[in-house]
Parts: sequence; C-alpha cells; structure tokens
Amino acid sequence: MYEFNYHRPKSLDEAASAAKEAEDGKILAGGMTLIPSMKLRLAAPSDLVDLADVEGLKGITVGSGTVTIGAMTRHHDVQSSADVQKAIPALAQLAGGIGDPSVRHRGTMGGSVANSDPAADYPAAVLGLDATVKTNSREIAADDFFLGLFETALEEGEIITAIEFKIPDAAAYMKFAQPASGFAMVGAFVAKFGGDVRVAITGAKDCVFRVTEMEDALKSNFSADAIADIMIGEDDLLSDIHCAADYRAHLVTVMAKRAVAQAAG
Amino acid sequence: MSIKVSMNVNGKPVSADVEPRTLLVQYLREHLGLTGTHVGCDTSQCGCCNVHLNGEAVKSCTVFAIQCEGQDVTTIEGLAAEDGTLHPMQQAFWEHHGLQCGFCTPGMVMVACDIARRLPDADEKTIRHELEGNICRCTGYQHIVEAVESGIKAMNAKG
Repeated sequence: MYEFNYHRPKSLDEAASAAKEAEDGKILAGGMTLIPSMKLRLAAPSDLVDLADVEGLKGITVGSGTVTIGAMTRHHDVQSSADVQKAIPALAQLAGGIGDPSVRHRGTMGGSVANSDPAADYPAAVLGLDATVKTNSREIAADDFFLGLFETALEEGEIITAIEFKIPDAAAYMKFAQPASGFAMVGAFVAKFGGDVRVAITGAKDCVFRVTEMEDALKSNFSADAIADIMIGEDDLLSDIHCAADYRAHLVTVMAKRAVAQAAG
Repeated sequence: MSIKVSMNVNGKPVSADVEPRTLLVQYLREHLGLTGTHVGCDTSQCGCCNVHLNGEAVKSCTVFAIQCEGQDVTTIEGLAAEDGTLHPMQQAFWEHHGLQCGFCTPGMVMVACDIARRLPDADEKTIRHELEGNICRCTGYQHIVEAVESGIKAMNAKG
C-alpha cells in the first residue's frame, strides 16, 4: 500500500475541506472496501479523511413514514435494530447478508452507497425504497444518485450524512450470492407503496437500476406470476467467469419473482 | 509521516509512532510482538486475523492501527487467565479437537467468543452461518462447530 496522510476531523465542514484541499483525498468510513482496494493499489489516495469522530453521522430514526439512517451506521447496527426490523424488515435482512459478521462490525451504509459497487446490496434498497440521500450540501433522490460503475452524483468534498428510506407496505430483497465473496451476482429489491411498485436490481449492470416493465405489471397484479415472462435484454449486462450475461438476465427475473413472492406472502 | 497512536491491548495501555498505513494486525504482530493474531489471506476473507475491537470481532488486516486510537483491543493472547488457565472457548477447542494445523484457530476462537456474546442460544445451524467469515482448510469444520457449541455453553454457565 502506498503512503497517505491521515486526517481525523471533528466536524463535517473540516472533513469536506480536508478532502477538497488534498491532492487526491478520499473519505474513510468503515474501510471495508477502501482498505482492500488500497492494498491492491486500485486506490492510492494522497489523503484519507476519517469520519469516525464526526458527530451526528450515526443512528437510526423512525419518523412518520420514513426511516432515516446515519451514514456511519454500521451494517451490524441496521441488521440488529428492532426499529428497522419492525419498519422495514427487508432492509434489516439485506444488511445481515452483507459480507460476514466481522465485516458488518465495521462496514457502513454511507460507505457502501457512496462507493456504488455494481454488486453491492445497499444500492438496491436505496433505489427500491425511493430513498433520499442526504449530504452536507443537499438532498439527492435515489433515481438521480447512481450514475455508473463506482460513479454517483456526489461531487468532490460532498459527504453523505444520512439516508432517508420510505417505509413500504411490503418489501423483500433476494440475492443470488457469489458463493465465495457473498456479493450479489444478481439481487432484486421489490417494494410496494400503495398502488406503486418499485423493482431495483443490483449486480447485473454497471450500477443498480429499475425495471419499469416489471413495476408496471406488478402495479395491477402484485404476484410473481405477473412478471414471470418479463426478461430484460442481455446487451449491457455484466458478463464474467462466474455468470454470463444471458444467465444474469435469467437470474434477474428469477430473483425478482422470489422477492415479489416473499413480499406478497 | 508518522503519527502517535495509543490504545489498550489486552488491558494494558500501549503507544507507538506508526505510519498511517500500518494495519492493526501489523501493529500487533510487528510492534507489540503479539504474533498469535495471524495473517492468512490479507484480503479480509479468511478470518485468521480476527481480534476484538471494543468487544466486537473485526478483521485486523482491514483496520488501520490509527483508527484504533483510544480504543480497546483484545487478541488471542488476552483470553487465557494470567496463571495459564484457558478461556472456556479455548478449553472447548482443546477438548473437541477443534483444530488441526492451528493456523486459523486464533481467529476462530475470537469469532466464537463474539458469537457467544451476541447469540448465547446459537444452535448448530446458526454457528455454521456465523462462521462464514472464517476459513479452515484442515478440519472440515465439524469439530470446530462442536467446539463452539460447547464453548458457548461453558461461557453461559460461567456467566
């Protein structure tokens, strides 16, 4: 790993300016992706700005119709929160399926969402639950947040502070995990809000995306059968030694069906 | 650039000047000589490097030492009593032959204690699932799972 300068600011403003002023500054949250990337020299930031001491970035608040989770809240905290388990059980279940217990003791929601790994789990929940990403300067709708491979709407020095999820009537997340890494080869998050339905898919393309054809079918008939014949195109799907594009396309429908079946049940 | 870091390791205050890129496991092994914590994969998958950070299991190959400023770290060396009496989980691994070569054992024992803390009623299926971040290439896990089950009971009984 290359050398870097380390900053441990106490406030968001200090953190944002430290990241901005550095030659190539990076925000450090839980480090569960960043540190391994630095070891592989896939990332070589000149400066790391650790958010550990910045106040107000942790915790879970249930409001009327929303659950707001601080960016530095760890996967373990989301998984084991009685509030999340009650309000959005699919979100607690998703958090409990990330990595392994020791990784969940460090990894954070904000870090995962800001990274926009194509196979990460949280982006599916953010998009599927029509969440709002709150930063130190603005609020960004989930539909506008994920732009591509490891690319988001975040600007330089912009830091996620919290994510506000809408509480659905029903929701479920189903992933077909890569057996060695646990990352999603395909993961489907399905959520029903009154007459509206959202289907978000992770693991299949450069970043998380919605399948509006499935959403439309589910609005009139919220059952697995309603989407059984809907296949997405293979053209821009990821393809690798674990899973070819046509297999991923097949998995999208299978995982979405399973998620609908669980949410409807 | 070196930064001074201070923390409590196995109940004793320690401090040193380290480079920011020093991993917690490097600090433990190379600066403090606590070589019970192993590095297996160095990619946060095998679990051999597990230690407790403020009482919770973490992979010390994926934490910087400087992130642990002012915090409490427990390694495998900190489990047994001063007179050498094994911790109940270590005793259970001994009794159930929960190891062969022993390389993964420190991480297994640290995670097993973490399971006992969080899930004192864990059954066999839960234990197997909770050990998904720890890889053993010798045993086939059977005796490890039996050891963890027995160790949890012994820890519960001790209170």
